Amino acid sequence: MLDSILEGVIAFMLVAGGAFAFIGSLGLTHLKDFYMRLHGPSKTTTLGVGCTLIGSLIYFSLREGPVVQEFLITIFAFITTPVSAHMLAKSALHHKLEPDPRTRGRPMELENERPKHTIEEAPQGKSPLP
Amino acid sequence: MIPPTRWLPMPVLSLLLLIVWLLLQQSIALGQWILGGALAIVIPVVCRPFWERQPTIKRPWKLIVYILRALKDIVVANLQVSKLILDPRGRMRPAFVEYPLTLKENFPITILASTITLTPGTVSAHLRLDGRTLLIHALDVADIDNLVDEIHQRYERPLMEIFES
Repeated sequence: MLDSILEGVIAFMLVAGGAFAFIGSLGLTHLKDFYMRLHGPSKTTTLGVGCTLIGSLIYFSLREGPVVQEFLITIFAFITTPVSAHMLAKSALHHKLEPDPRTRGRPMELENERPKHTIEEAPQGKSPLP
Repeated sequence: MIPPTRWLPMPVLSLLLLIVWLLLQQSIALGQWILGGALAIVIPVVCRPFWERQPTIKRPWKLIVYILRALKDIVVANLQVSKLILDPRGRMRPAFVEYPLTLKENFPITILASTITLTPGTVSAHLRLDGRTLLIHALDVADIDNLVDEIHQRYERPLMEIFES
């Protein structure tokens, strides 16, 4: 009886994990601009991985006695994902990637400090690289 | 808190390393204790120069409450974001929000930024060099002031209670 309940929980965790990972990836392909696309992998996919790992944790704990590695992996995943998402967003701002026009609020990081050269304006006969 | 000494510059980190080592090895044999203990002493001493001063956790039980609340919010946030992604009409109201920080120390700010990234429709994008504003990108936000207020009430105030006051 208890076994079948736990099997149900494991199955639910695996399906939920797969679904979240899929939705996260869908967000990665379907959303409009870089900043919005960042939301899918940084949240949804992390929870997907977390769910799958918890399912695996329960499964292997039932079969081979208590395991904790999955638990540690989950914690590490939740600690490291925000950092990489933050670095990606930061580098996007650094490259002044244009957000979707519907985005409200314009951070000063996106404003150009000096006008960029277009191809026509570039000094003739000189390589743009030093 | 355990006071730092010359050979244990970061006692909490050392303890954490030892626990993680034993958990990863899944064994409490004497050899693992010795090896883990050696690593727990050597690693903090070697990477000491890269670390800032360790913040003191004033109210550990509040940290536990905070973690549980953040976990709950992560699940809720994921359902919200999933709904937004799957919504075929794609009604999103993205916005950049500048969040005025009242936290002062780096470690609590890091925790706040990470929580913001993992919870409702927001990614922390940039911490201004002066450490006073955090730039947040929100996926779907109706009222910007409301969002700032919510983050302040829900996450920043508990963090202030845990680390600073």
